[in-house]
Amino acid sequence: MQLAGAFPILQGKYGDWFLSGFIESLQLLGWALLLALPLGLLLAVGRSATSRLARAPATAYVQFLRNIPVMVQLLFWYFAAPQLLPAFVRAALYRHGAEFPCAVLALGLYAAAFVSEDLLSGLRAIPRAQYEAASALGMGRWQSLRRVILPQALRNSLPALASQALTLWKNTSLATVIGASELMYQTQKVETESFRGAEAFAVATVLYLAVSTLITGLGVVAERWRPVHAR
Amino acid sequence: MSSVLHDYWAYFLVGQYPNGPLGGLALTLLLGVSAVTLALPFGVLLGLARLSPWRALRWPVMALVYVVRGSPLLMVVFWAYFFMPGSSGRGNSQFATMLAALVVFNGAYLAEIVRSGLEALPRGQLEAARSLGLGYLQAMRHVVLPQALRNVLPSLVSQLVVTIKETSLGYIIGLTEFTFIATQVDSQLITHSTAVYTLVALTYFALCGGLSLLARRLDARSGPQAGPRPGGWAQARRAVPA
Repeated sequence: MQLAGAFPILQGKYGDWFLSGFIESLQLLGWALLLALPLGLLLAVGRSATSRLARAPATAYVQFLRNIPVMVQLLFWYFAAPQLLPAFVRAALYRHGAEFPCAVLALGLYAAAFVSEDLLSGLRAIPRAQYEAASALGMGRWQSLRRVILPQALRNSLPALASQALTLWKNTSLATVIGASELMYQTQKVETESFRGAEAFAVATVLYLAVSTLITGLGVVAERWRPVHAR
Repeated sequence: MSSVLHDYWAYFLVGQYPNGPLGGLALTLLLGVSAVTLALPFGVLLGLARLSPWRALRWPVMALVYVVRGSPLLMVVFWAYFFMPGSSGRGNSQFATMLAALVVFNGAYLAEIVRSGLEALPRGQLEAARSLGLGYLQAMRHVVLPQALRNVLPSLVSQLVVTIKETSLGYIIGLTEFTFIATQVDSQLITHSTAVYTLVALTYFALCGGLSLLARRLDARSGPQAGPRPGGWAQARRAVPA
Protein backbone atom coordinates (compact mmCIF):
# COMPACT_ATOMS: atom_id res chain seq x y z
CA MET A 1 0.00 0.00 0.00
CA GLN A 2 1.31 3.45 -0.96
CA LEU A 3 -0.28 5.06 2.08
CA ALA A 4 1.32 2.63 4.49
CA GLY A 5 4.79 3.63 3.28
CA ALA A 6 4.38 7.14 4.62
CA PHE A 7 3.13 5.99 8.02
CA PRO A 8 5.18 3.30 9.77
CA ILE A 9 2.28 2.64 12.13
CA LEU A 10 0.23 1.33 9.19
CA GLN A 11 2.89 -1.12 8.04
CA GLY A 12 3.06 -4.85 8.51
CA LYS A 13 1.01 -6.45 11.24
CA TYR A 14 -0.07 -3.10 12.70
CA GLY A 15 -1.83 -2.25 9.47
CA ASP A 16 -3.49 -5.67 9.48
CA TRP A 17 -4.63 -5.21 13.06
CA PHE A 18 -6.16 -1.82 12.35
CA LEU A 19 -7.89 -3.19 9.27
CA SER A 20 -9.34 -6.24 11.03
CA GLY A 21 -10.48 -4.05 13.95
CA PHE A 22 -12.10 -1.58 11.58
CA ILE A 23 -13.93 -4.37 9.78
CA GLU A 24 -15.11 -5.90 13.03
CA SER A 25 -16.36 -2.50 14.23
CA LEU A 26 -18.33 -2.11 11.01
CA GLN A 27 -19.74 -5.61 11.47
CA LEU A 28 -20.77 -4.72 15.02
CA LEU A 29 -22.51 -1.63 13.67
CA GLY A 30 -24.28 -3.60 10.97
CA TRP A 31 -25.51 -6.46 13.15
CA ALA A 32 -26.54 -4.18 16.01
CA LEU A 33 -28.52 -2.02 13.57
CA LEU A 34 -30.14 -5.13 12.18
CA LEU A 35 -31.28 -5.94 15.72
CA ALA A 36 -32.15 -2.40 16.82
CA LEU A 37 -34.26 -1.27 13.85
CA PRO A 38 -36.95 -3.99 13.82
CA LEU A 39 -37.03 -4.16 17.62
CA GLY A 40 -37.26 -0.36 17.85
CA LEU A 41 -40.12 -0.41 15.34
CA LEU A 42 -41.92 -3.08 17.32
CA LEU A 43 -41.46 -1.06 20.52
CA ALA A 44 -42.65 2.15 18.88
CA VAL A 45 -45.79 0.49 17.54
CA GLY A 46 -46.33 -1.07 20.96
CA ARG A 47 -45.96 2.25 22.72
CA SER A 48 -48.40 3.97 20.39
CA ALA A 49 -50.99 1.21 20.79
CA THR A 50 -54.29 1.94 22.49
CA SER A 51 -54.18 -1.28 24.47
CA ARG A 52 -52.40 -0.98 27.76
CA LEU A 53 -51.24 -4.58 27.50
CA ALA A 54 -49.08 -3.64 24.52
CA ARG A 55 -48.04 -0.25 25.84
CA ALA A 56 -46.82 -1.16 29.32
CA PRO A 57 -44.07 -3.67 28.42
CA ALA A 58 -42.78 -1.52 25.57
CA THR A 59 -42.64 1.57 27.80
CA ALA A 60 -40.97 -0.39 30.59
CA TYR A 61 -38.34 -1.74 28.19
CA VAL A 62 -37.44 1.71 26.91
CA GLN A 63 -37.36 3.38 30.33
CA PHE A 64 -35.28 0.59 31.80
CA LEU A 65 -32.66 0.21 29.11
CA ARG A 66 -32.08 3.87 28.39
CA ASN A 67 -31.35 4.63 32.04
CA ILE A 68 -28.56 2.05 32.42
CA PRO A 69 -25.10 2.80 31.00
CA VAL A 70 -24.40 0.77 27.88
CA MET A 71 -21.09 -0.18 29.50
CA VAL A 72 -22.93 -1.94 32.32
CA GLN A 73 -25.20 -3.63 29.78
CA LEU A 74 -22.18 -4.94 27.90
CA LEU A 75 -20.71 -6.34 31.13
CA PHE A 76 -24.09 -7.82 32.03
CA TRP A 77 -24.59 -9.67 28.75
CA TYR A 78 -21.04 -10.98 28.71
CA PHE A 79 -20.37 -11.84 32.36
CA ALA A 80 -23.75 -12.14 34.06
CA ALA A 81 -26.30 -13.44 31.57
CA PRO A 82 -24.38 -16.59 30.54
CA GLN A 83 -24.36 -17.65 34.22
CA LEU A 84 -28.08 -18.22 33.90
CA LEU A 85 -27.46 -20.79 31.17
CA PRO A 86 -26.69 -24.45 31.84
CA ALA A 87 -22.97 -25.04 32.37
CA PHE A 88 -22.35 -26.93 29.13
CA VAL A 89 -24.09 -24.28 27.02
CA ARG A 90 -22.05 -21.60 28.75
CA ALA A 91 -18.82 -23.47 28.17
CA ALA A 92 -19.63 -23.90 24.49
CA LEU A 93 -20.52 -20.22 24.24
CA TYR A 94 -17.24 -19.01 25.69
CA ARG A 95 -15.29 -21.56 23.68
CA HIS A 96 -16.71 -20.25 20.42
CA GLY A 97 -16.12 -16.64 21.37
CA ALA A 98 -19.06 -14.98 23.04
CA GLU A 99 -17.57 -11.48 22.76
CA PHE A 100 -18.97 -10.54 19.39
CA PRO A 101 -22.54 -11.88 19.85
CA CYS A 102 -22.74 -10.42 23.36
CA ALA A 103 -21.57 -7.04 22.09
CA VAL A 104 -24.14 -7.11 19.27
CA LEU A 105 -26.86 -8.03 21.75
CA ALA A 106 -25.95 -5.31 24.26
CA LEU A 107 -25.42 -2.55 21.69
CA GLY A 108 -28.49 -3.53 19.67
CA LEU A 109 -30.87 -3.80 22.62
CA TYR A 110 -29.64 -0.45 23.97
CA ALA A 111 -29.97 1.29 20.61
CA ALA A 112 -33.47 -0.16 20.11
CA ALA A 113 -34.72 1.87 23.08
CA PHE A 114 -33.56 5.11 21.45
CA VAL A 115 -34.67 4.06 17.98
CA SER A 116 -38.17 3.48 19.34
CA GLU A 117 -38.19 7.02 20.79
CA ASP A 118 -37.38 8.47 17.38
CA LEU A 119 -39.88 6.28 15.56
CA LEU A 120 -42.53 7.16 18.12
CA SER A 121 -42.07 10.88 17.54
CA GLY A 122 -42.14 10.13 13.81
CA LEU A 123 -45.44 8.33 14.32
CA ARG A 124 -46.82 11.19 16.41
CA ALA A 125 -45.94 13.70 13.71
CA ILE A 126 -48.37 12.04 11.28
CA PRO A 127 -51.49 14.19 11.08
CA ARG A 128 -54.71 12.55 12.32
CA ALA A 129 -56.24 13.08 8.92
CA GLN A 130 -53.91 10.44 7.49
CA TYR A 131 -55.44 7.78 9.76
CA GLU A 132 -58.94 9.00 8.92
CA ALA A 133 -58.22 9.07 5.21
CA ALA A 134 -56.84 5.53 5.34
CA SER A 135 -59.88 4.21 7.17
CA ALA A 136 -62.17 6.15 4.82
CA LEU A 137 -60.56 4.19 1.99
CA GLY A 138 -61.66 1.02 3.76
CA MET A 139 -58.32 0.02 5.22
CA GLY A 140 -58.18 -1.80 8.53
CA ARG A 141 -55.92 -0.83 11.42
CA TRP A 142 -52.96 -2.99 10.36
CA GLN A 143 -53.33 -2.21 6.71
CA SER A 144 -53.39 1.54 7.24
CA LEU A 145 -50.44 1.28 9.62
CA ARG A 146 -48.42 -0.71 7.15
CA ARG A 147 -49.32 1.11 3.96
CA VAL A 148 -49.99 4.68 5.01
CA ILE A 149 -48.71 5.56 8.45
CA LEU A 150 -45.43 3.66 8.83
CA PRO A 151 -43.90 4.60 5.48
CA GLN A 152 -44.39 8.27 6.32
CA ALA A 153 -43.31 7.85 9.95
CA LEU A 154 -40.12 6.10 8.83
CA ARG A 155 -39.30 8.88 6.42
CA ASN A 156 -39.99 11.39 9.18
CA SER A 157 -37.60 9.63 11.50
CA LEU A 158 -34.75 9.04 9.06
CA PRO A 159 -32.59 12.01 10.13
CA ALA A 160 -33.02 11.06 13.79
CA LEU A 161 -32.25 7.43 12.95
CA ALA A 162 -29.05 8.50 11.21
CA SER A 163 -28.15 10.25 14.43
CA GLN A 164 -28.81 7.03 16.34
CA ALA A 165 -26.65 5.10 13.91
CA LEU A 166 -23.88 7.59 14.62
CA THR A 167 -24.24 7.08 18.36
CA LEU A 168 -24.24 3.33 17.82
CA TRP A 169 -21.10 3.55 15.71
CA LYS A 170 -19.36 5.41 18.52
CA ASN A 171 -20.69 2.97 21.12
CA THR A 172 -19.15 0.02 19.28
CA SER A 173 -15.83 1.19 20.74
CA LEU A 174 -17.03 0.11 24.19
CA ALA A 175 -17.11 -3.54 23.11
CA THR A 176 -13.39 -3.56 23.85
CA VAL A 177 -14.23 -3.96 27.56
CA ILE A 178 -15.54 -7.47 26.95
CA GLY A 179 -12.67 -8.25 24.62
CA ALA A 180 -14.39 -8.02 21.25
CA SER A 181 -11.53 -7.43 18.82
CA GLU A 182 -12.96 -4.29 17.26
CA LEU A 183 -11.06 -1.13 16.32
CA MET A 184 -10.49 0.18 19.84
CA TYR A 185 -9.26 -3.21 21.02
CA GLN A 186 -6.82 -3.45 18.12
CA THR A 187 -5.69 0.12 18.70
CA GLN A 188 -4.82 -0.67 22.29
CA LYS A 189 -3.00 -3.76 21.06
CA VAL A 190 -0.98 -1.70 18.57
CA GLU A 191 -0.26 0.87 21.25
CA THR A 192 1.03 -1.65 23.79
CA GLU A 193 3.20 -3.36 21.25
CA SER A 194 4.58 -0.40 19.30
CA PHE A 195 4.78 2.18 22.10
CA ARG A 196 3.47 4.69 19.56
CA GLY A 197 0.38 5.81 21.45
CA ALA A 198 -0.27 9.09 19.67
CA GLU A 199 0.06 7.56 16.22
CA ALA A 200 -2.14 4.59 17.06
CA PHE A 201 -4.83 6.85 18.52
CA ALA A 202 -4.58 9.16 15.51
CA VAL A 203 -5.21 6.28 13.11
CA ALA A 204 -8.21 5.13 15.12
CA THR A 205 -9.58 8.66 15.38
CA VAL A 206 -9.35 9.12 11.61
CA LEU A 207 -11.12 5.81 10.99
CA TYR A 208 -13.90 6.62 13.47
CA LEU A 209 -14.26 10.11 11.99
CA ALA A 210 -14.48 8.76 8.45
CA VAL A 211 -17.49 6.58 9.22
CA SER A 212 -19.05 9.28 11.45
CA THR A 213 -18.78 11.76 8.59
CA LEU A 214 -20.37 9.28 6.21
CA ILE A 215 -23.30 8.64 8.56
CA THR A 216 -23.75 12.38 9.17
CA GLY A 217 -23.83 12.88 5.40
CA LEU A 218 -26.54 10.24 5.06
CA GLY A 219 -28.50 12.10 7.75
CA VAL A 220 -28.30 15.31 5.74
CA VAL A 221 -29.57 13.49 2.64
CA ALA A 222 -32.39 11.95 4.69
CA GLU A 223 -33.37 15.39 5.96
CA ARG A 224 -34.13 16.47 2.37
CA TRP A 225 -36.18 13.37 1.79
CA ARG A 226 -38.72 14.01 4.54
CA PRO A 227 -42.37 14.47 3.67
CA VAL A 228 -43.36 18.09 3.20
CA HIS A 229 -45.71 18.41 6.19
CA ALA A 230 -42.99 17.40 8.63
CA ARG A 231 -40.45 20.02 7.61
CA MET B 1 -28.22 -10.52 45.62
CA SER B 2 -29.03 -9.58 49.22
CA SER B 3 -25.86 -11.29 50.49
CA VAL B 4 -23.78 -9.32 47.99
CA LEU B 5 -25.49 -6.16 49.13
CA HIS B 6 -25.03 -7.08 52.79
CA ASP B 7 -21.30 -7.69 52.47
CA TYR B 8 -20.35 -4.98 50.05
CA TRP B 9 -22.78 -2.09 50.42
CA ALA B 10 -20.18 0.31 51.85
CA TYR B 11 -17.70 -0.63 49.12
CA PHE B 12 -20.36 0.03 46.46
CA LEU B 13 -21.27 3.38 48.01
CA VAL B 14 -17.91 4.98 48.77
CA GLY B 15 -15.18 2.55 47.69
CA GLN B 16 -12.32 2.24 50.17
CA TYR B 17 -13.08 5.59 51.78
CA PRO B 18 -12.15 6.62 54.53
CA ASN B 19 -9.22 4.16 54.47
CA GLY B 20 -8.48 4.88 50.83
CA PRO B 21 -9.55 7.15 48.00
CA LEU B 22 -13.23 7.92 47.55
CA GLY B 23 -14.91 5.58 45.08
CA GLY B 24 -18.15 3.86 44.22
CA LEU B 25 -21.46 5.56 43.71
CA ALA B 26 -20.27 8.69 45.54
CA LEU B 27 -17.43 9.12 43.07
CA THR B 28 -19.78 8.51 40.14
CA LEU B 29 -22.07 11.28 41.40
CA LEU B 30 -19.20 13.63 42.16
CA LEU B 31 -17.73 13.10 38.70
CA GLY B 32 -21.11 13.51 36.99
CA VAL B 33 -21.99 16.72 38.79
CA SER B 34 -18.51 18.22 38.33
CA ALA B 35 -18.48 17.35 34.64
CA VAL B 36 -21.88 18.94 33.97
CA THR B 37 -20.97 22.04 35.99
CA LEU B 38 -17.74 22.57 34.06
CA ALA B 39 -19.04 21.49 30.64
CA LEU B 40 -21.64 24.25 30.60
CA PRO B 41 -19.26 27.24 30.71
CA PHE B 42 -16.81 25.39 28.46
CA GLY B 43 -19.55 24.70 25.93
CA VAL B 44 -20.68 28.32 26.00
CA LEU B 45 -17.12 29.48 25.35
CA LEU B 46 -16.76 27.03 22.46
CA GLY B 47 -20.15 28.05 21.07
CA LEU B 48 -19.19 31.71 21.18
CA ALA B 49 -15.82 30.95 19.59
CA ARG B 50 -17.60 29.06 16.77
CA LEU B 51 -19.35 32.32 15.86
CA SER B 52 -16.43 34.59 16.60
CA PRO B 53 -15.51 37.18 13.98
CA TRP B 54 -11.87 36.04 14.21
CA ARG B 55 -10.99 33.20 11.90
CA ALA B 56 -7.96 32.25 14.02
CA LEU B 57 -10.36 31.43 16.84
CA ARG B 58 -13.27 30.10 14.80
CA TRP B 59 -11.48 27.48 12.74
CA PRO B 60 -9.54 25.60 15.42
CA VAL B 61 -12.67 25.43 17.57
CA MET B 62 -14.68 24.25 14.57
CA ALA B 63 -12.13 21.49 13.98
CA LEU B 64 -12.14 20.51 17.65
CA VAL B 65 -15.92 20.29 17.79
CA TYR B 66 -16.00 18.26 14.56
CA VAL B 67 -13.38 15.78 15.75
CA VAL B 68 -14.83 15.35 19.23
CA ARG B 69 -18.38 14.88 18.00
CA GLY B 70 -17.31 12.31 15.44
CA SER B 71 -15.22 10.30 17.87
CA PRO B 72 -16.31 7.83 20.53
CA LEU B 73 -16.08 9.13 24.09
CA LEU B 74 -13.59 6.35 24.76
CA MET B 75 -11.30 7.84 22.11
CA VAL B 76 -11.49 11.20 23.87
CA VAL B 77 -10.75 9.48 27.17
CA PHE B 78 -7.64 7.85 25.70
CA TRP B 79 -6.47 11.15 24.25
CA ALA B 80 -7.01 12.82 27.60
CA TYR B 81 -5.14 9.99 29.30
CA PHE B 82 -2.32 10.48 26.85
CA PHE B 83 -2.07 14.23 27.26
CA MET B 84 -2.78 14.66 30.94
CA PRO B 85 0.45 15.21 32.84
CA GLY B 86 1.32 12.46 35.27
CA SER B 87 -1.67 10.36 34.37
CA SER B 88 0.39 7.21 34.71
CA GLY B 89 0.86 7.93 38.40
CA ARG B 90 -1.45 6.88 41.16
CA GLY B 91 -4.03 8.77 43.18
CA ASN B 92 -6.85 10.72 41.65
CA SER B 93 -5.26 11.53 38.32
CA GLN B 94 -7.74 9.15 36.69
CA PHE B 95 -10.45 11.39 38.07
CA ALA B 96 -8.85 14.42 36.44
CA THR B 97 -8.44 12.52 33.16
CA MET B 98 -12.04 11.38 33.11
CA LEU B 99 -13.27 14.82 34.12
CA ALA B 100 -11.27 16.47 31.33
CA ALA B 101 -12.61 13.97 28.78
CA LEU B 102 -16.21 14.42 29.89
CA VAL B 103 -15.94 18.22 29.91
CA VAL B 104 -14.43 18.33 26.42
CA PHE B 105 -16.87 15.74 25.04
CA ASN B 106 -19.99 17.33 26.51
CA GLY B 107 -18.66 20.84 25.89
CA ALA B 108 -18.37 20.07 22.17
CA TYR B 109 -21.98 18.89 22.05
CA LEU B 110 -23.13 21.87 24.04
CA ALA B 111 -21.19 24.23 21.77
CA GLU B 112 -23.41 23.20 18.85
CA ILE B 113 -26.54 23.77 20.90
CA VAL B 114 -25.32 27.17 22.09
CA ARG B 115 -24.38 28.03 18.52
CA SER B 116 -27.80 27.09 17.15
CA GLY B 117 -29.40 29.01 20.02
CA LEU B 118 -27.34 32.05 19.14
CA GLU B 119 -28.02 31.74 15.43
CA ALA B 120 -31.74 31.39 16.03
CA LEU B 121 -31.77 34.77 17.74
CA PRO B 122 -32.59 37.66 15.38
CA ARG B 123 -29.52 39.72 14.47
CA GLY B 124 -31.46 42.78 15.61
CA GLN B 125 -30.88 41.77 19.23
CA LEU B 126 -27.14 42.20 18.99
CA GLU B 127 -27.47 45.31 16.86
CA ALA B 128 -29.95 46.91 19.26
CA ALA B 129 -27.68 46.14 22.21
CA ARG B 130 -24.67 47.58 20.39
CA SER B 131 -26.61 50.71 19.42
CA LEU B 132 -27.45 51.19 23.10
CA GLY B 133 -23.73 51.61 23.62
CA LEU B 134 -22.87 48.14 24.94
CA GLY B 135 -19.61 46.60 23.81
CA TYR B 136 -19.55 43.23 21.99
CA LEU B 137 -18.84 41.23 25.13
CA GLN B 138 -21.29 43.26 27.21
CA ALA B 139 -24.02 42.78 24.60
CA MET B 140 -23.30 39.04 24.55
CA ARG B 141 -23.39 38.77 28.32
CA HIS B 142 -26.44 40.89 29.08
CA VAL B 143 -28.63 40.55 26.00
CA VAL B 144 -27.75 37.70 23.65
CA LEU B 145 -26.54 34.86 25.87
CA PRO B 146 -29.38 35.02 28.42
CA GLN B 147 -31.85 34.57 25.59
CA ALA B 148 -29.88 31.87 23.81
CA LEU B 149 -29.20 29.93 27.00
CA ARG B 150 -32.72 30.08 28.38
CA ASN B 151 -33.48 26.85 26.60
CA VAL B 152 -30.32 25.14 27.73
CA LEU B 153 -30.18 25.83 31.45
CA PRO B 154 -33.33 24.00 32.62
CA SER B 155 -32.17 20.79 30.98
CA LEU B 156 -29.13 20.47 33.19
CA VAL B 157 -30.77 17.59 35.01
CA SER B 158 -31.30 15.53 31.88
CA GLN B 159 -27.73 16.29 30.93
CA LEU B 160 -26.67 14.97 34.32
CA VAL B 161 -28.36 11.66 33.48
CA VAL B 162 -26.41 11.34 30.24
CA THR B 163 -23.18 12.26 31.99
CA ILE B 164 -23.68 9.82 34.86
CA LYS B 165 -24.06 7.05 32.31
CA GLU B 166 -20.88 8.23 30.62
CA THR B 167 -18.87 8.17 33.87
CA SER B 168 -18.99 4.37 33.68
CA LEU B 169 -16.21 4.61 31.07
CA GLY B 170 -13.92 5.57 33.93
CA TYR B 171 -13.76 1.84 34.62
CA ILE B 172 -11.57 1.36 31.54
CA ILE B 173 -8.85 3.69 32.83
CA GLY B 174 -9.08 2.26 36.34
CA LEU B 175 -11.07 5.02 38.00
CA THR B 176 -12.73 3.46 41.04
CA GLU B 177 -16.24 4.61 40.22
CA PHE B 178 -19.37 2.49 40.59
CA THR B 179 -18.87 0.19 37.58
CA PHE B 180 -15.23 -0.39 38.49
CA ILE B 181 -16.23 -1.38 42.02
CA ALA B 182 -18.77 -3.77 40.54
CA THR B 183 -16.13 -5.53 38.44
CA GLN B 184 -13.91 -5.76 41.54
CA VAL B 185 -16.66 -7.29 43.62
CA ASP B 186 -17.51 -9.62 40.75
CA SER B 187 -13.95 -10.92 40.47
CA GLN B 188 -13.75 -11.43 44.24
CA LEU B 189 -16.98 -13.43 44.37
CA ILE B 190 -16.47 -15.19 41.00
CA THR B 191 -19.80 -17.03 40.97
CA HIS B 192 -22.17 -14.14 41.69
CA SER B 193 -21.89 -12.21 38.42
CA THR B 194 -25.62 -12.21 37.78
CA ALA B 195 -26.39 -10.80 41.22
CA VAL B 196 -23.63 -8.18 41.06
CA TYR B 197 -24.46 -6.83 37.62
CA THR B 198 -28.20 -6.93 38.22
CA LEU B 199 -27.65 -4.92 41.38
CA VAL B 200 -25.50 -2.42 39.51
CA ALA B 201 -28.01 -2.12 36.66
CA LEU B 202 -30.87 -1.57 39.11
CA THR B 203 -28.90 1.10 40.99
CA TYR B 204 -28.10 3.02 37.81
CA PHE B 205 -31.73 2.65 36.77
CA ALA B 206 -33.00 4.02 40.08
CA LEU B 207 -30.56 6.93 39.97
CA CYS B 208 -30.89 7.88 36.29
CA GLY B 209 -34.59 6.99 36.06
CA GLY B 210 -35.30 9.13 39.11
CA LEU B 211 -33.35 12.04 37.70
CA SER B 212 -35.08 11.67 34.31
CA LEU B 213 -38.42 11.84 36.07
CA LEU B 214 -37.28 14.97 37.91
CA ALA B 215 -36.13 16.49 34.63
CA ARG B 216 -39.53 15.87 33.07
CA ARG B 217 -41.26 17.49 36.07
CA LEU B 218 -39.01 20.54 35.80
CA ASP B 219 -39.63 20.68 32.07
CA ALA B 220 -43.38 20.61 32.56
CA ARG B 221 -43.14 23.32 35.20
CA SER B 222 -41.07 25.67 33.08
CA GLY B 223 -44.13 25.73 30.82
CA PRO B 224 -44.69 27.15 27.35
CA GLN B 225 -42.53 30.18 28.14
CA ALA B 226 -39.43 28.10 27.72
CA GLY B 227 -40.46 27.06 24.23
CA PRO B 228 -40.26 23.65 22.56
CA ARG B 229 -37.38 21.80 24.16
CA PRO B 230 -38.67 18.34 25.02
CA GLY B 231 -35.57 16.43 26.07
CA GLY B 232 -33.00 19.06 26.85
CA TRP B 233 -29.47 18.59 25.62
CA ALA B 234 -29.89 14.90 25.43
CA GLN B 235 -32.70 15.35 22.94
CA ALA B 236 -30.90 18.12 21.10
CA ARG B 237 -27.81 15.92 20.90
CA ARG B 238 -29.82 13.40 18.98
CA ALA B 239 -31.66 15.94 16.88
CA VAL B 240 -28.64 17.91 15.72
CA PRO B 241 -26.52 15.85 13.33
CA ALA B 242 -22.86 15.91 14.31
